[in-house]
Amino acid sequence: MSAFLEVRDLRVYFPTDDGVVKSVDGLSFSVERGKTLGIVGESGSGKSVTSLSIMGLHKPGSVELSGEVWLDGEDLLVAGADRVRRLRGQKMAMIFQDPLSSMHPFYSIGHQIIEAYRIHNDVSKQQARRHAIEMLGRVGIPQPGARVDDYPHQFSGGMRQRAMIAMALSCSPELLIADEPTTALDVTVQAQILDLIRDLQTESNTAVVIITHDLGVVAELADDILVMYAGRAMEYATASKIFRGPEHPYTWGLLGSMPRLDRVRSERLVPIPGLPPSLINVPPGCPFHPRCAYQDRNGDACRTIRPQLRDVGGGHHIACHLSDNDRSTIWETDIRPNL
Amino acid sequence: MTATTESAVDALLVVDGLQKYFPVRRGVLQRQVGAVQAVDGLNFSVIKGQTMSIVGESGCGKTTTGRLLTRLIEPTGGRIVLEGRDISHLSAAKMRPLRRDVQMIFQDPYSSLNPRHTVGTIVGAPFKLQHVETEHGTKRAVQDLLARVGLNPEHYNRYPHEFSGGQRQRIGIARALALRPRLIVADEPVSALDVSIQAQVINLLEDLQDEFGLTYVVIAHNLSVVRHMSDRVAVMYLGKIVELADSADIYARPMHPYTVALMSAVPVADPDRRLTRNRIRLQGDVPSPLNPPPACRFHTRCWKAQEICSTVEPPLVDLAPRHQVACHFPENVGTPPPQE
Repeated sequence: MSAFLEVRDLRVYFPTDDGVVKSVDGLSFSVERGKTLGIVGESGSGKSVTSLSIMGLHKPGSVELSGEVWLDGEDLLVAGADRVRRLRGQKMAMIFQDPLSSMHPFYSIGHQIIEAYRIHNDVSKQQARRHAIEMLGRVGIPQPGARVDDYPHQFSGGMRQRAMIAMALSCSPELLIADEPTTALDVTVQAQILDLIRDLQTESNTAVVIITHDLGVVAELADDILVMYAGRAMEYATASKIFRGPEHPYTWGLLGSMPRLDRVRSERLVPIPGLPPSLINVPPGCPFHPRCAYQDRNGDACRTIRPQLRDVGGGHHIACHLSDNDRSTIWETDIRPNL
Repeated sequence: MTATTESAVDALLVVDGLQKYFPVRRGVLQRQVGAVQAVDGLNFSVIKGQTMSIVGESGCGKTTTGRLLTRLIEPTGGRIVLEGRDISHLSAAKMRPLRRDVQMIFQDPYSSLNPRHTVGTIVGAPFKLQHVETEHGTKRAVQDLLARVGLNPEHYNRYPHEFSGGQRQRIGIARALALRPRLIVADEPVSALDVSIQAQVINLLEDLQDEFGLTYVVIAHNLSVVRHMSDRVAVMYLGKIVELADSADIYARPMHPYTVALMSAVPVADPDRRLTRNRIRLQGDVPSPLNPPPACRFHTRCWKAQEICSTVEPPLVDLAPRHQVACHFPENVGTPPPQE
């Protein structure tokens, strides 16, 4: 029996005049009901493209999709646009980073929730309106009965994000994808929104995929974490494994570059040198090798052979050529003391 | 008291009662109907060669403070004293020679560089505007600067769109550095950058500070970045400083409830601690600065608020050496200071 959401060998290529942009190149992961997967990566690592492919939101014709996306036993990539449209909203929903640009400025918040609700449910306008008010109340909008007729610009950033969550959850989806849901918000509001997502998930046993560049946010929410780089999975394990004993040099780099709130001002951050690669011209072998301090440990392997995601023990997956011995020595001597 | 006199001697920048009100005009006659009290009575000083950070949520007046310090806008009241000279109300012409000493680094490396100008023109502009002659010509000086901030000097003739976000931020830093300023005001210098690039830019800013003896005022909302970069931290809420202390001190024992709440809201990259952490959740959003709550402006969101908080404004007072707090019911007062 497969997981509730299971993505297998997903590839998303965009043909352009300059060449093929390989945004996602062979990605596999799964999420169970009631669990949260955090997808972490820098800009251009393919996080958002992945979520848009699951939701079927890429413009047909502009993109070459391959692989399998199984949602509750149904492959969305072969299901056809009409079927995916029916599932979208009802079975799976998405929250975007910028609520101001993902809501229609001309229609009231309530109108937009009612519209989405009535597409999937055969109810009267009054019933839908009552439902919209109830949803706004559930996500913590004060006086939802009065605010339901407000327009998006009349809401603050945090309230807009709440309204978008209300909209996404109005048809009780079983899968919620949150793409940088708190990036535009202040920390105090971010904390409120993360609590809200967690509470709603516990209430209705939703599967959640949260996409972010902020390792702190995934540490708060995620059960499993997938670290992406250049459209590929670098490391995939439970949250506590990733933070307690990360195994991939890129994850080490991310943790080392991050200033910490709970630590004293240390001497220096350890940044990852260089820049992420262009997705048209991904380096051969391991895509991370030009920025990796350990690229010479295995002869030419890192520069020529693409490492496959492999289990290095207890469901901890990495795509790296380093041997178990090398990794544990490097982690103990070079990395851990500096974190 | 000695601490104050000492710091007044070493201070590069002293801010005294700084205010900025933006008038709100309505109607056909554009009559003033109110004012946004963006910055309302700030007092602080910044010591030479140190970094002072201003943190707070959006709308608390951080950016307005930065624009006041660089005199991009004129204060409504109070004084800004740079190296003993009052610059609060200098005219644009009088301000121009001082612009060499005060430079700014902006948040958005995409909108703060002119897309039609080459990197050479952008970084060379300060020399031209200030009529500064350099020994080997402007081009050489610009190339030295580019090399210093970690860019390839041969990219002199390239345009901003040819660079990544992190590289553009380096261009902005090179431009700010061109005239060897004394004070750099950096408004969210790394918030638009990816983590791995963010660390590169933070390290660069720290190296440049050591090399040129720069003084920084960093405006940021990321408390982890601020902890890493700062010597002193001011926490702002709705136009006022609510807490001002040395960085190690404020993170070890935050006293103002707002500071405590801000720190508790930051997600910690440690999944095992999420269940054990003592969390404080503020309700709602920052009130409008057009009509701020009376007395303590934080009382509407504060879990410790009592009647006095809405009637008597708490003054910013020393509750520990070099640790000022404006609160009637501060936290962590008995906690000993952190060990060095």
